[in-house]
Amino acid sequence: MIREISVKTLAEAVCELCIQANHFLSPDMRNALARAAGQETSPLASRILGQLEENLQIAAEESIPICQDTGMAVVFLKIGQDVHFFDGDLTEAVNDGVRRGYTEGFLRKSVVGDPLLRQNTGDNTPAILHCSIVPGNQVEITVAPKGFGSENMSRIFMLKPADGTEGVKEAIVQTVAEAGPNACPPLVVGVGIGGTFEKAALLAKEALTRETGAPSELPHVCALEAELLERINALQIGPAGLGGNATALAVHINTYATHIAGLPLAVNLCCHVNRHASRVL
Amino acid sequence: MEKHIRLPLTQEDIGGLRAGDYVYLTGELYTARDAAHKRMAETLCAGGTLPFEIAGQTIYYMGPSPARQGHVIGSAGPTTASRMDKYTPRLLDLGMKGMVGKGRRSPEVIAAMRRNQAVYFAAVGGAGALLSKCIKKAETVAYEDLGTEAVRRLVVEEFPVIVVIDAEGTDLYGNLSG
Repeated sequence: MIREISVKTLAEAVCELCIQANHFLSPDMRNALARAAGQETSPLASRILGQLEENLQIAAEESIPICQDTGMAVVFLKIGQDVHFFDGDLTEAVNDGVRRGYTEGFLRKSVVGDPLLRQNTGDNTPAILHCSIVPGNQVEITVAPKGFGSENMSRIFMLKPADGTEGVKEAIVQTVAEAGPNACPPLVVGVGIGGTFEKAALLAKEALTRETGAPSELPHVCALEAELLERINALQIGPAGLGGNATALAVHINTYATHIAGLPLAVNLCCHVNRHASRVL
Repeated sequence: MEKHIRLPLTQEDIGGLRAGDYVYLTGELYTARDAAHKRMAETLCAGGTLPFEIAGQTIYYMGPSPARQGHVIGSAGPTTASRMDKYTPRLLDLGMKGMVGKGRRSPEVIAAMRRNQAVYFAAVGGAGALLSKCIKKAETVAYEDLGTEAVRRLVVEEFPVIVVIDAEGTDLYGNLSG
């Protein structure tokens, strides 16, 4: 049975999710930060984690964005194959939602229309839109505003099959070590392994939207996540890069089939303000 | 060591600051980030003068979110300082004395800091709502067309920062990773 959904409903949802994500950190992230604070032994690191907790409280109570970098709006749509959109263009509706969310929500306009000419578009559009078609007649929207302090420290590696799991581990730990204080630790480390060049990057981005700390369903990947989290925290980069136990809150790895000749790896770092808000229409 | 310092920084203040000191700043800061730095560099290359007297001043690498009604400023945390490294030695040679940002600096910047006796502070990245409460005044002084990237003069009170690189070139991040 085909379900009709107006793109105006979609735009409204995107608008609200942009505002929500930038003011209220999701419970999974808040819990992960609280756990990190409980395990921190360095006084300076504890003080910084205390400031981050206070910051979240002020943001929520006074409607001030958690971070001034309210990001580029990354929007994931999982569209049921029995949905028919009407009332206009889907992509324009998503951009309209972002435009309204960033204007009405007093969010920063951080997007330039051309990467070389660098004129600010003034309304934070266009969004980065990823659509996938799934069974059913619902639409799942996830808005993940992505800051560029951590985006700039993210990396892609086209490893060889001979590099294997060891090569993957080395590259991930090296990426976090090189990011050091720049990416605003404690981080969430999103990893994509497999696919093609662009598929690995998308897997890594999607991994950041997973419930923080929820393990992979694949036993060998779950073990890899746990080992990497331990190795990354042993780096002692710590909150704000000033030393301490909490360098990463979680490592999320998504995998996909790949070619016999390749082992693509993407490491998408996200700061402690790992924003993601979802809604099902 | 915990210190309370009035801006602009004096040579005596700078001489007494050591990497690792926790400092509360009170006084005037100027904001500038990528686009404002590029424009200042172009102005200097063309033989022009900067839109504010940089000698003795401290620059905060920050582009705020818009202020709601009744607020001085929106969220206002630091951005990554290394993106300004290309432009920084020249500004230090013109007398800039302090920088507030987050993240590592290049060897060229550290050398220019030693040469000119300047200091680099980190504010906590991602704590923009908290830091905005320490900003008591904000006015745009140049490059208004750059929006969030315009140069602003801020008046801050007890603004919390950590000395990461002092005037002797000691680098707190470097010590931690080494």
